[in-house]
Amino acid sequence: MELFNNHKKLFGTALVLFLALTLLVAILPAFDNQRNNAVLPGYERLSASAAKGRQVFIANGCVACHTQQVRNVEMDRAWGARPSMAADYAPIHRTDLWRNTATLMGTERTGPDLTNIGTRQPSVDWQLMHLYNPRLLAPASIMPAYPFLFRVKKDPASGEVIVHVAEGMPEEGYEVVANPEALQLVDYLLSLKQTTVPDGKPTPAFLYQKAAAAGKADNTVSVDGAELYVANCQACHQPNGEGLKGAFPPLKGSPIVLDENPELFVDIIMNGYTGRMKEGYGAMPAVGTNNKLSAAEVTAIINHEKTSWGNSAPKVTSAEVQKIMNNIATSSKTPKP
Amino acid sequence: MNTLTFLPKRLLSAIIILPATSTAIAQTPQSKQVGNAVSHNWLLFACFIALAMLVAALFLLLRIQSSFNKLKEKAGIENPGIFKRYFNRFSSAQIDDLLKQKNNHLPVYITIALSLLSVGGHAQGAGSSLTDQPGILITIVLIMIPLFAGLLLMIVKAARLFRRQQDQHNIREGQQLAVHLQSMDQQVLEEQLLQRKAALDFHLTNHELSGMEAVLDKKGLISETGTEETIPFVAVKKKAIKRPDIAPELARLIIWYLCCAAFWLVLGTTAGEYLGIKFVSPDIDHTSWLSFGRLRPVHTNMVFWGWSSLAMLGLGHYIVPMVSNTRLYSIKTGWYALALINGAVITGSLCLMAGINNGGGEYREYIWPVMLLFAAGLVLTLHNFLQTIARRTTKEIYISNWYIVAAIMFALVITLVAYLPWWQDGLGETIVQGYYMHQGVGMWFMLFTLGIVYYFLPQQLNKPIYSYSLGILAFWAQIFFYTVIGTHHFVFSSIPWWLQTTAIVGSIGMIIPVCAGFTNFLLTFKGAWHKLAGSYTLPFFLTGVVFYVTGSLQGTAEAFRFTNLLWHFTDFTVAHSHLTMYGIIAFFAWGSIYALLPRLTGREAPQITIGAHFWLALIGVLFYTIPLMYGSTLRGIMWMEKRPFIESVVLMAPYWLWRAIGGSLMWVSHLFFVWNVYKMLAPSKVADINETAIQQLKAAYQSRTNGTFQQS
Repeated sequence: MELFNNHKKLFGTALVLFLALTLLVAILPAFDNQRNNAVLPGYERLSASAAKGRQVFIANGCVACHTQQVRNVEMDRAWGARPSMAADYAPIHRTDLWRNTATLMGTERTGPDLTNIGTRQPSVDWQLMHLYNPRLLAPASIMPAYPFLFRVKKDPASGEVIVHVAEGMPEEGYEVVANPEALQLVDYLLSLKQTTVPDGKPTPAFLYQKAAAAGKADNTVSVDGAELYVANCQACHQPNGEGLKGAFPPLKGSPIVLDENPELFVDIIMNGYTGRMKEGYGAMPAVGTNNKLSAAEVTAIINHEKTSWGNSAPKVTSAEVQKIMNNIATSSKTPKP
Repeated sequence: MNTLTFLPKRLLSAIIILPATSTAIAQTPQSKQVGNAVSHNWLLFACFIALAMLVAALFLLLRIQSSFNKLKEKAGIENPGIFKRYFNRFSSAQIDDLLKQKNNHLPVYITIALSLLSVGGHAQGAGSSLTDQPGILITIVLIMIPLFAGLLLMIVKAARLFRRQQDQHNIREGQQLAVHLQSMDQQVLEEQLLQRKAALDFHLTNHELSGMEAVLDKKGLISETGTEETIPFVAVKKKAIKRPDIAPELARLIIWYLCCAAFWLVLGTTAGEYLGIKFVSPDIDHTSWLSFGRLRPVHTNMVFWGWSSLAMLGLGHYIVPMVSNTRLYSIKTGWYALALINGAVITGSLCLMAGINNGGGEYREYIWPVMLLFAAGLVLTLHNFLQTIARRTTKEIYISNWYIVAAIMFALVITLVAYLPWWQDGLGETIVQGYYMHQGVGMWFMLFTLGIVYYFLPQQLNKPIYSYSLGILAFWAQIFFYTVIGTHHFVFSSIPWWLQTTAIVGSIGMIIPVCAGFTNFLLTFKGAWHKLAGSYTLPFFLTGVVFYVTGSLQGTAEAFRFTNLLWHFTDFTVAHSHLTMYGIIAFFAWGSIYALLPRLTGREAPQITIGAHFWLALIGVLFYTIPLMYGSTLRGIMWMEKRPFIESVVLMAPYWLWRAIGGSLMWVSHLFFVWNVYKMLAPSKVADINETAIQQLKAAYQSRTNGTFQQS
């Protein structure tokens, strides 16, 4: 055949076929996407520090293990309130002359997805400590430690951020101080929050919800306090409820946990707490509100904490907690004097 | 016939009885203990055994029946042909005996015939796994004991009956034989016996083919005349056949390509091995340049652009001119391309470790100035290859060159598409990334490697490729389907749904080129499988062919929406990419290198270290991938159940350990590979006997002529 025996025609045909398909499946869809997706109105631009933090994130190849995409499947609901949309990535442009656009969507989830980490884990202290060495907080973690984003220093100046690490670390008289890159990186991580879609605009639905619907029916009975504790509290307060000295207070034997009046307890879960910062403990984020915990879930967590690790306080009822949550909601809505 | 009507009757009654018995067995214990699922399972199992026993009994019955009938039929007819068969069964010693007895006029044929025809009965052991089952319900056992005993008894009785029948039959036959022999003309019989004895005693002299002449190999066909003096510790494989001479300059270029490739293989997989260790021991070091996120792309890019690409290009520099039946257009261009690609890998790796990368798209981590070096190398190579093909002295363009040239053209296209900035905003980057990362694998590595296989596999098997047209079909189908499947790496993401569907459909379409290629390679092996055992390169090719079909079809399976739920984002993808990039690309490259290097240098690597390389690499990659796929499936299920994330990390720990172990084996195999490359290149340090003799003779001759010159 002439086509097969003439190298110009043969290779020309193959190239044209390949180019045509390339145009159809890569270049035109890419153009189409960047033209038809505007930034969501509620999107907050990265602060200067967070933008620098993003560079630290890119430089250290965090995307190798962390995705930033919530797929439109039920199993991804853990990582965001809604599936990611093309508009979420619209604000991302070419990094600079040398480096391409970094959507950082990732293809591996060796570690958790980070789309909503700013909401899920907003504690700066936790993030810094976790970056310094993840195994201080989660012994089973295999995430690399980033001590090179920190330095060990004697008598840190007042403006410098001291990171609480394990007892006896570093040596007596020295402190671990976060370098600017670490602080920028944490700024970036805390900026990662899903933008709410303006009312009226359709949001993609989660697919494969069959199992979820079945779960919803018996939602009221099947809340497992221990599981909720693992998902929401354990990162700081640890599996043994003892917290970490100098960073996160213990729940074991805590007067707030054991108190028969759960009002302050519920308030802390829903709105966070700064009451023990003087003792050196970090500020607690509003875990309940951030993670949209229901009264039943909060009750399950409270009862789990009241009855674990040697704690034995009387349990509370869901109705009681619901009442307190309603009160908190109304009091926060009325303007404070 | 009586039996014909009798058997179906038996069968029918058995069929009626069977379900009745089994339900009876099933009902008894069920009424005793109800509701226990485990015991219920046992019950079913017991019923199954009972059924099996009944079937066995029935089978036995039928067999006995038919054998008896056969024997009866035989007994009725006197078959003259049968005596001829018996006659031929006499051994030489027996004939001697017979002749001696005949001369002594002693009619003892009967005893001879009897001793000849004694056949031992063979009772079959009643194999039943019943007694091996410890947990079985006692009632079931009790019901089964008589059944089992009955069956045993039946077997024993049947065997005895069978033996007796055969015994009687043989005696009868023996007597008839004796009568027959006696009735024959004794002269004729003696003649026949002697003839038969001569035939049995015939032996070859072992000189029929060689004759008694001394060996003279006028055409140089015999290469190894020495006898084996020691027990061969390693099976001796076929030596490399000398090919038409390659220009030494070209040989030098190819050797450099392959050596650079081997270097990057060892360095790149050392990085990979270290990364695997970090999964098990994350605090092994805290150096920024070696932290996981930076080192991972160093590993992937180094084995991609350093090892695989340079190995392919090195082999390509041999194949392209060889199948064009011409010289390489420019050797100098080859050297420039080599330098540029090596430069890209060096600077790229350093940049990545220093934290300078392109933003994280896989295999697109090198920034554009670095990738520009690589692309320049490819442009030069493409020009060089095209010019070579344009100057070919063959009419056709052999299919290897289709694949190789297309691979280089497409690699350049995808690099341009991936690095040009105009369509990379927002999700555009992701769409391009999906396209790029998959075309990199499928259009660059796979296409090029297929071109290599289409040359080296037929060459190593010393027969043409099974079907040229299948190769052509695979070529066009590969371009058509592979190009559209890139976005299957982003199923369920925010890229357009239709694009995801297109990618999934394209992934299914990949079955066509993969099966065409696989069938083609496998059928090329047809009729030459025996060569596999005698070759040290063919095992590499066969492994590559097997991984080609399994790895590629696994990719198709991974593209479906459900499997994406289960496996996407897990280490299953990592296992898959190792099955393919390692199982296919690397194994084919090794096979080809072991085939080519000895032809360039005239030296072969020790078989034992080639074997070590092969087995360590194969076992290593299986240890690497299988636990990882298994663990990742469990992890995917765990995610679907929405268990806390850290639980899935704990779950993976043993599988990550297995991965590190498999990775270590793979890494050790690469050390063997480098050693083998060295052995194929380095001249032996031990003096060569023949060479020494020639040198000495030369020197002697020289001094003699010098002497005569001085004298005159």
